[in-house]
Order: sequence, then C-alpha cells, then structure tokens
Amino acid sequence: MSTPGGHKNGIVEGIGGPPSTDVFIKALWRDNPVFVQVLGMCPVLAVSNTAMNALAMGLATAFVLLMSNILVSALRNFIPRQVRIASYILIIATFVTITDYAIQAISVDLHKSLGAFISLIVVNCLILSRAEAFAAKNTIGRSILDALGMGAGFTFALLCLGAVREVLGSGSLFGLRLFPDSFQEWIVMILPAGGFFTLAGLLLLINALQKRKKSTA
Amino acid sequence: MQDESLWYIFIDACLINNFVLAYFLGICPFLGVSGKLDTASKMGGAVTFVMLISSVCAYGIHLLLVWLNVPFLQLISYIVVIASTVQLVEMFIKKMSPALFRALGIFLPLITTNCAILGVALFQTNKGYGFLQCVVYALGAGAGFTLALVLIAGLREKLELAALPDVVKGTAMTLILAGLLSVMFMGFAGLGG
Repeated sequence: MSTPGGHKNGIVEGIGGPPSTDVFIKALWRDNPVFVQVLGMCPVLAVSNTAMNALAMGLATAFVLLMSNILVSALRNFIPRQVRIASYILIIATFVTITDYAIQAISVDLHKSLGAFISLIVVNCLILSRAEAFAAKNTIGRSILDALGMGAGFTFALLCLGAVREVLGSGSLFGLRLFPDSFQEWIVMILPAGGFFTLAGLLLLINALQKRKKSTA
Repeated sequence: MQDESLWYIFIDACLINNFVLAYFLGICPFLGVSGKLDTASKMGGAVTFVMLISSVCAYGIHLLLVWLNVPFLQLISYIVVIASTVQLVEMFIKKMSPALFRALGIFLPLITTNCAILGVALFQTNKGYGFLQCVVYALGAGAGFTLALVLIAGLREKLELAALPDVVKGTAMTLILAGLLSVMFMGFAGLGG
C-alpha cells in the first residue's frame, strides 16, 4: 500500500530492521512484561484484588509508559549519557503526576482504592527498563509501538490476575455477582497472600505450557 | 495521626503492615537478591539506611513544599532526593569498604527504583507523621524489609537441596513461599489496635 515516501511522515516512520507489527507482538506476548520478564511486580500484586482496579492500574501504567517512551525517544540525542537515568526518572515522574491528578479528577473513588500505588508508578521498573533498553535506541515510531505492546501486555496480565482474584475472592467480576449466594468466597484471594498465590499459579501454568510446547516440537 | 506511640509505629511498619508481604513494596529486590542469606542481609542494611535518610529529607521537603504551596512537585522532588541519596551512599561505600561495594554490585544503584523507599516517603506524608515518628517509621519499614528478605533467603537456601519438579523452579516457587510467609504475617494483625 504505502510508497517508500509514505514512511517519512507520521507514526510509521522509522521502519528499519524487523517490521513494526513485530515489535508490537513481541512486546505484547513473547516478552510479556509480567509473565516472561517478571518486571513491575509491585503494582501487579498490590492492586489486582478486583478486576476494575487492575484495569485502571494497567491503563494508567500504559499511558505513562507511552508518554515517557515518546519523550525519551524524541530526546535521545540530546540527553548526555551520564545523567540519562536521572533524566528518564524526571520525565516519568512528570507524567505520573499528571496521571495522578487526572485520575483524581475522573473518579475520586478509584483514586482512593488505588491509593499511593498511582504515585508508585514512578518506580515501576518496567517503565524505566523500556526507556533505557528500547526508547533510548529507537525511533519514535518504533518506541510508540513498543510502548503500546508492553502496555497492552501489562494490562492483560493485570486483568488476568485481577479477574481470577475477584471471581474466587468475592464471587463477582467487575462488581457483577457470578455465583449463587451459597458460594463460599475464598477470602484469602483478596488478601495479600492471594496475590502471591495467583501469580505463582499463572506462572506455573505458563511454565507447563512452554514445557509441553518444547517437548512436542 | 499524631498521637500514635513510637513503639506502635515501629511494630506496625515492621510486622503488621510489613512492606513486602502486606503492601507488596520492594518485590523486585525481594525476588532478585533473595538467593543467598549473606547478600540478603547486606541488601537489607543498605535499603534501611537509604530509607532512613530519604525519610528525613522527605519530611523537610514536605514542609518546604507546603510552605511554597506547590504540592504537585512532591513526587518529583522525592524521587530526586532518593536518587541522590543512593548516589551518595554508593560513593560512601565505595570509599569506605570496597569489598562490600563489590558484593552488592548492581543492586546498589537499583535501590533508587525500590518502591519501598518511595513508599515510606509517601505514606509518612499521607499519615501526617511528625519528625520523630518519621524516623521510627522508616526504621520499622527497613527492619520489616530486611526481615522478609532474610526469611525468604533462608527458605530458598534450604530449597536448593530439595528435589523439585522442573515446572515450579524459579520465580513461581519463590512466589508460593512468599504467599505462605504472607499468610503467617497475617497472624500479626492481632497486634494492631
């Protein structure tokens, strides 16, 4: 469809090496931040007690990731190497502050239930590692795709965890009751311990699937 | 709350609301550095020290920001303080004890992105603690972090000798252990008022 000249403007700029959709799929699935790289665990475990919280946290993180990737990539030739980490952290902290105030404006209840964990997006290792490992070396277009993929992968993983914990722990999904009243809730699932157990279970599942794939191949 | 006793604040931060096992802060070093008992305890010491200094600084900065009426700069200034404290500690350890510096390796600069440290600074501001309370809170949080790290490191050293199925090796097993520890720490909830 697109002519070679078409690549020069807009998001598709910077297609070099592997095609851009590959960057997205790789970030979303093969290098899934939570299940494969085990990065950014703190918010994953802390706010996944309901599916709604998990979704909100995932989207907030994805937004910060996207904006910081764009800015880091745009400034990658101007930031001196010695102070790059400090500069990245400042960029991230700025966008987290924006997100914090935006969520407070949209829904005070949501802001309350996520608590300090919105501010703690600053120290999510996922965002800093993408800035350092990807955005600092790639064009804006590829960085956007990478951020979208990573953000989607992160949100997906959070949602998996949140859904499992909410269904078992409160017998509902997004606040809708799924089971009759006779269902005995697993209280432990909404407590901190449930977060560890659910994530361990999901990792086990993925390990087992990968092992099976390897043995059949 | 201004009237909480210092002893209660310490127990609360260390055991009842343990930063790692109840708040899920500092999970990355918890999973990464908990392989050996020796490194784990040293890491705990370094984190506690940075926590203490950044907590004191955060207390001062909070007063300054309130005085200047610019609360939206809170997050940015906290993280800058933490990053520079870590840098200072790094230079200090390098000068005083090169052996310890080598032992901690990459994990020293990574303390900057340890959410437990920023967590202490943010929570103490939210709770409106006074100066002495902040210091005790940071000490309690550091002690709790070290305790959790040392406990899990001890368990993992024992596991090295156990015959485990391939599937559960690595992160999954550590998470299951952490879950069990977290259930145990729930027993401390009765200590709270």
